[in-house]
Amino acid sequence: MIAEILGDVSPGLILILGALAVPFLPGKLRTAWMLALPVLAFIQVLGLDHGLHGALSVFDLELTTLRVDRLSLIFGYIFLIATFLGVLYGIHVGGWMEHTAGLIYAGSALGAVFAGDLMTLFLFWEGTAIASVFLIWASRTERALAAGTRYLVVQVGSGVLLLAGTIIHYGQTGSIAFDSLELESTAGLLIFIAFGIKCAFPFLHNWLQDAYPEATVTGTVMLSAFTTKLAVYSLARGFAGTEILVPIGAAMTAFPIFYAVIENDLRRVLAYSLNNQLGFMVVGIGIGTDLAVSGAAAHAFCHILYKALLFMSMGAVLFRTGTVKGSELGGLYKTMPWTTGFCIVGAASISAFPLFSGFVSKSLILSAALKGEYYWTWLVLLFASAGVFHHSGIKIPFFAFFAHDSGRRPREAPLNMLLAMGIAAALCIGIGVFPGPLYAILPYDVTYHAYTLEHVVTQLQLLVLSALAFTVLMRTGIYPPELRSTNLDSDWLWRGLGRILAAHFDDRTTQAWARVAARYWHALERFIATLYRHHGPEGILARNWPTGSMAIWTTILLAAYMILAYV
Amino acid sequence: MADDPKTNEHANPDEPKRWLDDKRNVNKIVYGLYALSALLLVIDPFIHKHGPFEIEHWWGFYGIYGFVGCVFLVLAAKELRKLVMRSEDYYDR
Repeated sequence: MIAEILGDVSPGLILILGALAVPFLPGKLRTAWMLALPVLAFIQVLGLDHGLHGALSVFDLELTTLRVDRLSLIFGYIFLIATFLGVLYGIHVGGWMEHTAGLIYAGSALGAVFAGDLMTLFLFWEGTAIASVFLIWASRTERALAAGTRYLVVQVGSGVLLLAGTIIHYGQTGSIAFDSLELESTAGLLIFIAFGIKCAFPFLHNWLQDAYPEATVTGTVMLSAFTTKLAVYSLARGFAGTEILVPIGAAMTAFPIFYAVIENDLRRVLAYSLNNQLGFMVVGIGIGTDLAVSGAAAHAFCHILYKALLFMSMGAVLFRTGTVKGSELGGLYKTMPWTTGFCIVGAASISAFPLFSGFVSKSLILSAALKGEYYWTWLVLLFASAGVFHHSGIKIPFFAFFAHDSGRRPREAPLNMLLAMGIAAALCIGIGVFPGPLYAILPYDVTYHAYTLEHVVTQLQLLVLSALAFTVLMRTGIYPPELRSTNLDSDWLWRGLGRILAAHFDDRTTQAWARVAARYWHALERFIATLYRHHGPEGILARNWPTGSMAIWTTILLAAYMILAYV
Repeated sequence: MADDPKTNEHANPDEPKRWLDDKRNVNKIVYGLYALSALLLVIDPFIHKHGPFEIEHWWGFYGIYGFVGCVFLVLAAKELRKLVMRSEDYYDR
């Protein structure tokens, strides 16, 4: 019935419009309303028919606001489950700003996965960027303000590239449909880089580790679910089978785990391991077979749950103790037993222990790599699987809840947080024990048996002997202690080197900057003039131009303004 | 962002000892892990592997690879620390 009333409205709009009412609702009614929104949208999604709906004509552009197929549905389901869990986890937070931002962010991500064309995708893409930054700024610390601004510059930059690619694609093909794209064309390349930034490709990744750990306790849980998985969805839609994704993904699985081992901020450790898990999905998309792409989608589904669960447990620790630094924690299991238990479920799931969700989804990708005979990739993925157990599976629960007793005796997490963690943990185990329903909603029909003796024993060998390595290194004192520190990553290029250069040149910088800016503005003006010649009133595509012009100018001005504000 | 500091209590010297507070119990877990590792390696020849790669069929490949991989990971990360570690307020100065 709900589906009939709502018809072809994008389910993302249910969350976004619903979010706008949040500031005006009092206490309990607001709680009920926010919890009801994802449920309502979920019921609507269940009632949707496969196909293209929600056609909308805007200045001659034919938008398809609602594309329903198996690929968009699996992401739609999990985004709504994550929204519900995120809302429940944060229900105790006062005020309306975080709640509204969180729901608009989730709604934008949902709208984006159901977008049938690149322009709709772009609009929701920027929606996720702008709404989500408030979850970082809401920490109200100077660090969070700066990290949030850097995050926004990167995210909006990704959107600008997507828009530029879309405009060029439209110019060349006359279509804005979002289907399989070619990396060889300029438009395809621009869109690929836009997706790559949001997916935290190597060297484009650092916004993630920079910003997520600075967000609020509840904000990080929301952030961990949507932005990067929207990028995974987009890559699966546009670039499945693009061979270059295999080495990119393999690199993503491997390099962040070295940082994760030495990082002290446990939420930052989780951000590095998030990056590593994205790598598995990217490899799956790059391999591109039905099994591999289904594996990427399945892994995204499971990953959202266990990563949110891990961030929730570390959020609970931060909420109760005021810190998530490994060097200052330990022994919390004594007074936070439930949080400890839920964290261990999340840790077992991300490590892909048999009977936990990560096992039934990661096996698909590893099997696809074996079948395709990707020898080196397979070896890297195995190494990364052992590594993820090492730093997420063991390090996170061990240093927070066990290790040396910090003497802290915080209270158990609040009931709403425990409920959200409990549901997420139950889903992690449920999917791990009964993978059938998950396999049934994958983008392609795959027959796969995760629980063969071979799979279970080899996976246990890998994990148990990794645990043995951790134990031996710990007991011999070789394992590096948790130290209060900042570890330089690629963001040093603009946060460190940039500042050093600025200090050297001091006031000359201002003049140089003005010259550079002038030159680039000039180049930009020339570029726009060229575009105008081709697409302007005298051009063939005249009728479409004014919207495109306005959009590109607005976005560029916004981006330039933010870069200037940041510098 | 932290909760009310009053709830963030500290250890009471009279609190009862937990099972894990006893070193002997921790040792029991560690010995259990050794035994499990050994068992998993011993049964390896009886597991039929279907993969296309020769290396997968070596005795105990997965276990040994996991162990060596993790030791390498930690040793390499320690070296990485020398290269990238700075004081906590590096970017704030």
